[in-house]
Amino acid sequence: MSLLEVSNLFVSVDNRDILKGVDLEVNAGEVHAIMGPNGSGKSTLANALAGRQGYSIESGCIRLDSVDVTSLEPEERSHRGLFMAFQYPVEIPGVTNIEFLKTAVESHRAAHGCNEISAVEFMRNLRSLTARLELNPDFLKRGVNESFSGGEKKRNEILQMLCLHPRIALLDETDSGLDIDALQVVARGINEFRSPANAIVLVTHYQRLLNYIAPDYVHVMMDGRVIKSGDASLALALEERGYGWLEES
Amino acid sequence: MSSKSNPTAQELVQNEYRAGFVTDIESDTIPPGLSESVVRQISNIKAEPEWLTEWRVDAYNRWCSMHEPRWAHVKFPPIDYQAISYFSAPKGDKPKSLDEVDPELLRTYEKLGIPLHEQKVLAGVEEDPSIAPVAVDAVFDSVSITTTFRETLKEHGVVFCSFSEAVQSHPDLVRKYLGSVVPKSDNFYAALNSAVFSDGTFVYVPEGVRCPMELLTYFRINAQNTGQFERTLIIADKGSYVSYLEGCTAPMRDENQLHAAVVELVALDDAHIKYSTVQNWYPGDENGAGGIYNFVTKRGTCRGRRSHISWTQVETGSAITWKYPSVILRGDESKGEFYSVALTNNRQQADTGTKMTHIGKNTTSTIVSKGISAGQSSNAYRGLVRMNPGARESRNHTQCDSLLIGSKCAAHTFPYIESRRKDAIVEHEATTTKVSDDQLFLCQQRGISPEKAVSMIVNGFCREVFRELPMEFAVEASKLLEVSLEGAVG
Repeated sequence: MSLLEVSNLFVSVDNRDILKGVDLEVNAGEVHAIMGPNGSGKSTLANALAGRQGYSIESGCIRLDSVDVTSLEPEERSHRGLFMAFQYPVEIPGVTNIEFLKTAVESHRAAHGCNEISAVEFMRNLRSLTARLELNPDFLKRGVNESFSGGEKKRNEILQMLCLHPRIALLDETDSGLDIDALQVVARGINEFRSPANAIVLVTHYQRLLNYIAPDYVHVMMDGRVIKSGDASLALALEERGYGWLEES
Repeated sequence: MSSKSNPTAQELVQNEYRAGFVTDIESDTIPPGLSESVVRQISNIKAEPEWLTEWRVDAYNRWCSMHEPRWAHVKFPPIDYQAISYFSAPKGDKPKSLDEVDPELLRTYEKLGIPLHEQKVLAGVEEDPSIAPVAVDAVFDSVSITTTFRETLKEHGVVFCSFSEAVQSHPDLVRKYLGSVVPKSDNFYAALNSAVFSDGTFVYVPEGVRCPMELLTYFRINAQNTGQFERTLIIADKGSYVSYLEGCTAPMRDENQLHAAVVELVALDDAHIKYSTVQNWYPGDENGAGGIYNFVTKRGTCRGRRSHISWTQVETGSAITWKYPSVILRGDESKGEFYSVALTNNRQQADTGTKMTHIGKNTTSTIVSKGISAGQSSNAYRGLVRMNPGARESRNHTQCDSLLIGSKCAAHTFPYIESRRKDAIVEHEATTTKVSDDQLFLCQQRGISPEKAVSMIVNGFCREVFRELPMEFAVEASKLLEVSLEGAVG
């Protein structure tokens, strides 16, 4: 069944048309990679799917689990299982990571009519996740992304994803700014998350993340459209030949 | 066509000032207007000794030649002091026990969550045997209704009673200390208060005593067109400790009401006074109609060696706040602290801060001020750190942070430093930040509503101050911020 269905999506930012008719279908259990040169609309697609303010949907439709979410608030999309990992995670000084994660988890539980989670259970789960992501336990007591290194910020995004277990995760250039060790830890986190029940969309410039997370499909975006789709071999071809040959064809 | 947008402020605004109800009760009120005879009448109602009557009259005469301070960063139309009533009290004699208190009044405090029965703790906090009860002095308009736990406190020698009672029962202490920290003619509002003050709280903690429970005074303005002018005097004798809390609310009314209080703290050798305020006077509506003018003079003197006075305030209410809880560090090695959260929303205005006057040697002061502005409000920090010539090797650290929500509000900082010592260390740090759309989107993407996100961000911003509050008050303060911020996103 398709978890995410994007049909003929047109999006403008500051009155500039960025997406010009994007179609995308993602089924449970699949990993999709979205590639393309700078300015092709990859990040705009991720932000529009998450419902960010300023990304105006001019026409087209976004469905999650067959439900039209095009006009839902970002938090409602989140409650329906859509997660976005940010390219540049923002800092929230003074709000501890624990508090932030607890508030997020409780918001999800409340939206689904569940009771509050016990503090003990929550902490046990959180500690095991931080250990898996090779994060120092003190990390949880620090302000959200406050003076985190680039690698810590990205691992924090993955931690949030693992806490919220979304149905579909959009990872916007999660590999950027990571050294090779951090990249491996992040990739391991993503692979652990991967299951037949959920799906992942990786937005990336480079093949190197795909060396660790094998995609089922690769889409190439250019000038606001998906101009070519294929399997993992497409990413390798891009690595070798760049985007130029696609433009020509 | 669909473009994502946060709910507008208008959609989110609800009449959420929960303390805004009116108590229907008959009152004895002196008709509006101020003159020497009104001053004498108030003194007469309270059967005060002659020295106090004359003290008031002297204050009144001084006030007549004084002018309202105009230096604060606030705007309001001229106040007609002849249109205000200066005394209002529920009808009848002061009740001798709780059974005699008008049930309507009891219901009022019940609604406000203030326990007038001795076995109960503050509402909102689960009854937990490890939490000490809180002794309450309930001041309704111009008079104190009741004071709880008096017997328990008496066993420790602690005096906790209404100011009017203290005038009768402890005249020597009152006479010795009244006006000793805030002189009658200190400023326009202090002079007015000195002339017409009605009731308030008196605390005396004897030498070496650690007050066994928190003391709370809860001020409620109910009557219309009435000002509240309470007077609080706290004396901590040598080596004693007391933690005192104050809370305040008022009904929602269309006209502005004046609240001009004076608080004086005296800490002797090695004494420690911790004074916490959660101020939630009615702030007015979203268009700026109504609300309390909170023009308050609060000052403490560290009179002895190693005296310690700590002010913690959470200011969320009032249409206009004008207050600068200050410490005079007279005794050597004494310590002054000021922790403040001031939140303004809609059309509220706040000009608040502190004065730390270092006189003794090796004195230290700490100032942590967190100003939050939302809506079209204006929030100013004003602080003075003064190192006098005798304040050898003294130091101050000031941290002054402003948080802006939206694009129509304002934050101002007016720090003054006057140092007459080369060896003084005075540090001032300041930051201004904004709740950004990126922060809100991160929260929303994680499933957190914008309202909840703002309140979480603001709470994080205030953490350093909240942890100075007693636990019951910290919970209350955090909830209050949430309510006060409603409508701030948009």
